[in-house]
Amino acid sequence: MDHNTHSTAGPRELQMARSMCWHCQSEVAGEYFCDRCVKVQPVSKELDYFTCLGFPRRLTIDQHQLEAKFYELSRAFHPDFYQNKSAAEQTISLGNSAMLNTAYRTLRDPIERAEYLLDLEAGSVKEIRNSPPADLFEEILELQDTLNEYRATGRVSETESPLRAKLRSERNTLEQRQRDMEATLQQLFVQWDKLQDRGEATDQARAERDRILKQMREHLSNRTYVKNIVSDLASTIG
Amino acid sequence: MARIVGIDLGTTNSLVAYMADGRPRVIPGRNGRTMVPSVVAMTDNGLIVGDSAKEHLTRSPERTVYSVKRFMGKGLEDVQGELAYFPYHLTEQGGVIRIKLGEKSYSPPQISAMILKELKQRAEAYLGESITKAVITVPAYFNDSQRQATKDAGMIAGLDVLRIINEPTAASLAYGLQQKTQGTIAVYDLGGGTFDISILKLKNGIFEVLATNGDTHLGGDDFDRQIADLFVREIREQQGLDLNAYPDHMQAVRLEAERTKIRLSDELKATAILDLPEGKGRYSRDFTRDQVESLSMELVERSLEPCRLALKDAGLTPNDIDEVVLVGGSTRMPLVRQRVQALFGKEPHCELDPDEVVALGAAVQADILSGGTTDLLLLDVTPLSLGIETMGGVMSSLIRRNTTIPASAKEMFTTYVDGQTGVDIHILQGERELVRDNRSLARFRLKVPPLPAGVPRIEVTFLIDANGILNVSARDVRTGETQSLAVKPSFGLSDDEVERMIGESFKFAADDLKARQLIEARTEAEVILMATEKALKQGGHLVGEEDLSSIRSSMAAVEATKSGEDHKAIRAKMADLENATHHLAEVLMDTSLKEALENKKLSEIT
Ligand SMILES: Nc1ncnc2c1ncn2[C@@H]1O[C@H](COP(=O)(O)OP(=O)(O)OP(=O)(O)O)[C@@H](O)[C@H]1O
Ligand SMILES: [Mg+2]
Repeated sequence: MDHNTHSTAGPRELQMARSMCWHCQSEVAGEYFCDRCVKVQPVSKELDYFTCLGFPRRLTIDQHQLEAKFYELSRAFHPDFYQNKSAAEQTISLGNSAMLNTAYRTLRDPIERAEYLLDLEAGSVKEIRNSPPADLFEEILELQDTLNEYRATGRVSETESPLRAKLRSERNTLEQRQRDMEATLQQLFVQWDKLQDRGEATDQARAERDRILKQMREHLSNRTYVKNIVSDLASTIG
Repeated sequence: MARIVGIDLGTTNSLVAYMADGRPRVIPGRNGRTMVPSVVAMTDNGLIVGDSAKEHLTRSPERTVYSVKRFMGKGLEDVQGELAYFPYHLTEQGGVIRIKLGEKSYSPPQISAMILKELKQRAEAYLGESITKAVITVPAYFNDSQRQATKDAGMIAGLDVLRIINEPTAASLAYGLQQKTQGTIAVYDLGGGTFDISILKLKNGIFEVLATNGDTHLGGDDFDRQIADLFVREIREQQGLDLNAYPDHMQAVRLEAERTKIRLSDELKATAILDLPEGKGRYSRDFTRDQVESLSMELVERSLEPCRLALKDAGLTPNDIDEVVLVGGSTRMPLVRQRVQALFGKEPHCELDPDEVVALGAAVQADILSGGTTDLLLLDVTPLSLGIETMGGVMSSLIRRNTTIPASAKEMFTTYVDGQTGVDIHILQGERELVRDNRSLARFRLKVPPLPAGVPRIEVTFLIDANGILNVSARDVRTGETQSLAVKPSFGLSDDEVERMIGESFKFAADDLKARQLIEARTEAEVILMATEKALKQGGHLVGEEDLSSIRSSMAAVEATKSGEDHKAIRAKMADLENATHHLAEVLMDTSLKEALENKKLSEIT
């Protein structure tokens, strides 16, 4: 994978410049409509979600701007506005809308956004963790024992049993951990954005980039792990 | 572009609306009423729909279908629990329920198509043009099979269904247009058979649904059942009489239960009265609002859980909701209003008629599709997660619930055995982990070229369109060729069957329209005669001799034309009778009888 071509607006210009209008065959340079015949153009399947929504690959995104762009493009693509158009245009409208909706859903949530960016930048799928993160190992093993014990004793007369109280406090601790992880991630997001803004192509910048990505990956998967345990806990003790 | 109408195809009542001068309007029938009861009756002279069919509920219960929406997109097994409540005979064929009416069996989409045709004709008569395109509403929580069945119904009725939209979102469109609302709103829609809750964000003409939830089996019908069950129990205890053996009386019980419930929304006390068979006289029971509320409490509570889930999915708390909008006839119940108000902590809105608001919204959506309204856009979601069956009977989710539609997901398939030529795919909808706890939507077999295991790569795209209906396509990644798929729905009519039904339906349509109008006029005439008799008994002594004699002679005239073949003549005499009873109606205390005399609420007095 080429690590040097991800400077901001690059990929989109390239892809758009290369495309031709499916209808009149003239060159489509700019946005999503042909300049000449004004027909809607299919959003390239290779287009990443950031580009699709017209945002640089940054992890801090202004929610209002993102929403405004989503609404704007929805008005451009939504099948409601293609009812009187040709079958080809209707198909494009449907495909574009589906893509736009996925893009928006992904970028709207900071965690999903980061996971997606990691995917784009480091090319790997989401790592699913099966064992607890090292620094939580002891804590979580003990928690599993308590949970099993709690499940085994049944839930008949346990309104405020000691086990339940213990699980409750565990849950609070873990939720705090999750918040801590999210705070750390937030810092990494800022570091990433700064590095991107500088746009340096030095060895040092590359090393820095790899470090941030690696840490992000680790924290993201730890957070998912903890989050799953918390929701498991929540559904058990109610 | 030809006109598109908006249709609310309800469990109990259906309506059709259109847009004129930037404002949606509901189309009334000849009698001035906007609601068509969703009832279809098979009479000796053919099929009839609406008010006149409602008259047959107690006359020929086994041949009069109501609440058919409960059976859309369902198999017999899905409704086992409530079969006993329906007087008509249900069977199943090819995963689809069939309703026996006389000699023939009809699928729920065919019955719904009869209601749709009635609305279509109503619109055609009113607007003086032929209507072929429609937007039809469905409960937001309808699954794929139920949506597809609704679309089929439209096709069978000769309508091009340009869009299926969700009832609460339709309501929000009507509200948004009228009230220029902005912010976050919750639409609580409790109708005759279904319950929906939708949470939307309204901003600059965009109506974005954040989350939706509901119960497609919770509505006014269920409240009626609670009360009806109590009547039947008491009658059994007091008289040793089991009404279950008398389908016509069971219908009377159901209707009286509903009437009692409705009265208690306005009043604190009501008396239910039923004539009993076998010379057992009358059953009369005083009811208080408290009593009805304690019978309804559990059902109302059941609607609150979906509200909480929808809030949670939207990532909101009740405090974040700026406005609560009530839709559906059952929201007239004071208990419902109280509970909804308590949950959201604010007084709900009900400025627009809860009966009409969904149809009005459908007309707005129709106008958007025809290019008339360009500043509004509805972004709806899919109510249920979509997935496929994987190893071990587990469902793997592809598109999560509350994802904005259109939505798509791709999945790559390959083979496990050398030379394998097909992969079976089972599509599901639902929120549970195990396949068997979710709804089976369809199955299909993906054709694969015979190659070593793992070499074929077939990409399957699952696309939920703006109607919330699934489309599946496949592409061989190696050759780039697209594959056509024969998807077999688990609970639905096949394309061939729909085709055949469209054909049959045209034959039915060609059946003399006059004959139908005659049946309707005769039925209505009978009802007005009956109402007049009743009214004379109640208030005859309060009007003058002159009035009485003109009423008697008008009645005789209606009676005489009724046996003739001219529906216009019958209606003319009915109008005379209405004029003659004008004074009588005024002095009557009984409002439902009064309205019946004015030919308004036929069904209320039978
Ligand atoms: N004043 C009232 N008090 C209580 N219930 C009422 C009142 N008026 C109507 N209803 C009930 O409302 C229901 C009909 O409502 P509505 O017409 O909104 O339903 P629908 O649109 O046909 O059904 P659905 O939306 O579930 O398919 C009936 O069950 C009726 O008994
Ligand atoms: Mg309704």
